[in-house]
Amino acid sequence: MNRELKRVSFVIFAMFLSLFVATTGIQIIGADAYSQDQHNVRSAYDSYKTQRGAILVDGQPIVESVKTDDIYRYQRVYKDEMYSAVTGFFSLYQGSTGLESAMGSYLTGKNSSQFFEQISALLSGNPVQGASVELTIDPVVQKAAWDALGSKKGAVVAIDPKTGNILAMVSKPGFDANLLAVHLGEESNANYKALLEDKDGPLLNRAANELYAPGSVFKVIMATAAVESGQYTKDSTFPNPTKFQLPGTNVYVQNSGEGKCGGKGTVSIADAVRLSCNVPMAQLGIALGQDRIRAQAELFGFGKKVKYPMTSTASIYPSNMDDAQTGLSAFGQYDDRTNPLQMAMVSAAIANQGVLMKPNLVENVLSSNLSVLAQPQPEIFSQPMSQATAQSVKEMMIGAVSRGVSGNARIQDVLVAGKTGTAQNGKGQPYTLWFTGFAPADNPQVAVAVVIADGGGQGQGGVGNSLAAPVARKVMEAVLRK
Amino acid sequence: MSNLLTGAIPKIVRVVPRNRNIEALLLLFAVGLNAFELAQIQLSLLEVLNADFFLYWLPPAVLAFVIHVILRNRASEADPMILPIALVLNGLGLSMIYRLDLGSIANGGTELFGMKQVIWTVIAMAFAAAVIIYVPSHLFLRRYVYVSMFIGIALLLAPSLPLIGRSINGARLWIGIGPFTFQPGELAKIALTVFFAGYLVTRRESLALTGRKVLGLRIPRARELGPILVIWAASLLVLVLQRDLGTSLLYFGLFIVLVYVATGRSIYVIVGMTMFITGALVASRIMDYVSGRFDSWLNPFDSKNYDAVGGSYQLAQGIFGLAHGNLLGTGLGGGIPHLVPLAESDFIIASLGEELGLVGMFAILGLYLLFVARGLRIGFIHPDDFSKLLATGLSFVIALQCFIVIGGVTRVVPLTGLTTPLLAAGGSSLLANWIIVGVLLRVSDSIGAGEKVIGGGR
Repeated sequence: MNRELKRVSFVIFAMFLSLFVATTGIQIIGADAYSQDQHNVRSAYDSYKTQRGAILVDGQPIVESVKTDDIYRYQRVYKDEMYSAVTGFFSLYQGSTGLESAMGSYLTGKNSSQFFEQISALLSGNPVQGASVELTIDPVVQKAAWDALGSKKGAVVAIDPKTGNILAMVSKPGFDANLLAVHLGEESNANYKALLEDKDGPLLNRAANELYAPGSVFKVIMATAAVESGQYTKDSTFPNPTKFQLPGTNVYVQNSGEGKCGGKGTVSIADAVRLSCNVPMAQLGIALGQDRIRAQAELFGFGKKVKYPMTSTASIYPSNMDDAQTGLSAFGQYDDRTNPLQMAMVSAAIANQGVLMKPNLVENVLSSNLSVLAQPQPEIFSQPMSQATAQSVKEMMIGAVSRGVSGNARIQDVLVAGKTGTAQNGKGQPYTLWFTGFAPADNPQVAVAVVIADGGGQGQGGVGNSLAAPVARKVMEAVLRK
Repeated sequence: MSNLLTGAIPKIVRVVPRNRNIEALLLLFAVGLNAFELAQIQLSLLEVLNADFFLYWLPPAVLAFVIHVILRNRASEADPMILPIALVLNGLGLSMIYRLDLGSIANGGTELFGMKQVIWTVIAMAFAAAVIIYVPSHLFLRRYVYVSMFIGIALLLAPSLPLIGRSINGARLWIGIGPFTFQPGELAKIALTVFFAGYLVTRRESLALTGRKVLGLRIPRARELGPILVIWAASLLVLVLQRDLGTSLLYFGLFIVLVYVATGRSIYVIVGMTMFITGALVASRIMDYVSGRFDSWLNPFDSKNYDAVGGSYQLAQGIFGLAHGNLLGTGLGGGIPHLVPLAESDFIIASLGEELGLVGMFAILGLYLLFVARGLRIGFIHPDDFSKLLATGLSFVIALQCFIVIGGVTRVVPLTGLTTPLLAAGGSSLLANWIIVGVLLRVSDSIGAGEKVIGGGR
């Protein structure tokens, strides 16, 4: 009998061994993956038990956790609504968004870089404190952007083109994240429902996660693609009719003034950018072909989600178009879609002599004992064009501001490069208004993109130069401290 | 000097009950451990020690020493480790249930399990003591082999009866009279082990040696195969009537192992496992709940299974809890185990894994393994074949039950409705497992007695 018993013992041992292995698999190997599962609410509960780290701008907290008497022990406090697109919210009931989500592991003290703190916390019995996150945002620029947008729906992104540091990120209307951070479930749920149902969409991050038709700001990408192809220079010309029939259709493309583009028989690419003409751009687009345009757009970041460290929505340059659709896409219509972060990246690349730096919001991450846990360094995102091309496109954009239809972005004594856009969204629909550019053109310190949604309240009455360019000017002035 | 010479030298040197002294030492350690757990829980959740501490600490501690004293007098050679291990596990379960109650009170819950569990612990340990007192020898139970069979089958099928049978969470494993519910299957496993052991001791020769040889394998005669078919059918009946894969696997596995140990014929294992797997596969095809369990087991994080009624929500939450525990756990009182449904019973192992971490899980699994090893040791060295089979069967039943339950929570096997022995909230399970403790203690005492019952042997 003992021989059989021995075998049975082996079987029992094997059964227990499988349990040892399975527990290790769950508790150690899979632990991180499970903690991030969408169904797992433990992380949210957990983060209320320790003091969640603050988010700082210029050394001052814009979000912090303060002690309370209730069972959650800490209340998250949001200082200023103008940061709502950046911070997002952190709620026991609605989860988290924005940096609260993207930097969540640091803020809760759960990041693997805090391992030794976690061990010492375990030994001492004091809970790990969350790390604080210092942002690259310049509060003066952020405020200027917030105020400049006024009551218009829209967004602003300002980037330091040399480093990719984001100086301002504003989306309007914002929201009061304190409404969602309340500890009472019913209250938080009701507030969340109201914000969700608000038709102005305060919870949207228009700066990076909403997509809009770019309209004429797309011409900057077209100009880059043209020069970068080697087949064209900024002075290459196209025929200059008042209207242009799209191949294979009865549809005509017109310039915005419904006349010629300048007075001559032909028009240069530079003038098409300066005066924002659609007819020559449609011709250029068809001549270049959609594949070359798409390749250029993708070098700028189209089709990619950017982690900055929040995640942007990828901009779209459509595929499988016929020539007529390609012609429309060349001046930012048809199914082109983008967001201000993407367009600021385009300007930043041109400003930085053709080198696109990866956008970044985080200056550094400091643990509770002030040791640096992370300090993102400037990083090259791509090189969408040669230095020569960048110079050429810059000149075209300077022309648009100083002598063209983007004149409202002019700043006294400063050379500004830029391009406006006024995108149509279908019959009777309000326009989407744009500006993107950088300043000073000879030594760029800021690249900016502004979008104003729903026509800025003026339906089809406003244009990019009248509504978006002044906002951009104020943001650039704030950076230059003018 | 004459004084010294005339001083009587005692003729009977009192045998030092070495096992009992080891046991006393281990019990002190176990009692201390339980006190530490309760103190940590109160300090963590209430920030103060109060009288409830003694309510949860003293009853099992006192009864354990009562059993210890009984053993000293009536079974002084009994195994010294079984009682302390059982006490540690029972105490740990009690602590966790108390901790979950405190968490539940803080969250406005009213359904508490702690006091019930204390009362059941007292009753169960009293039964263990009674077994040691009233079962005078390891051979006593052999007189009741066929009585055990009837009791076992009656207990097994009782939940399927109308009027008293109850379904909880989809499995029909309970009987209920008024507000009291009881899971008779837990006691059935003891009765059936007694029956199997007794039956096989008398039949092992014919089972092992008769039958025709085909292709080198001896095929048993129909007469010998009959009982196996009956048990197989009964297990499937449990599966169908009571809707529980785990219970049916438990009984069938127990029977197959005992037949194998008794006869040494691996053909029984092969045939038995084939029959069970075939039966289970057919059942999973025919019955929705079985195939649902399988799907939840394989893909617990799919929203389809996660959101389904009776789907994988509980399993997924249990795994999140375990993962939350990581290497060292959150500490008792530091986690949020109440997010898992049935955190105090079916999923108590996930609650413990969350708060004690992988280290605690290994300790718990190690304790079970040690407990089972002590039981198997009795099987190895006991001279009497009936006692060998009985100890093996009871140990194996604990091992298999641990495997099915903990394996269910950790996704080694599909989740079923058994309880973690000694840890989980639930009276019937505690009662049955403490009776097993009593029987193992009683049987282990007779190892050195040298009695041998005729029934063949090798």
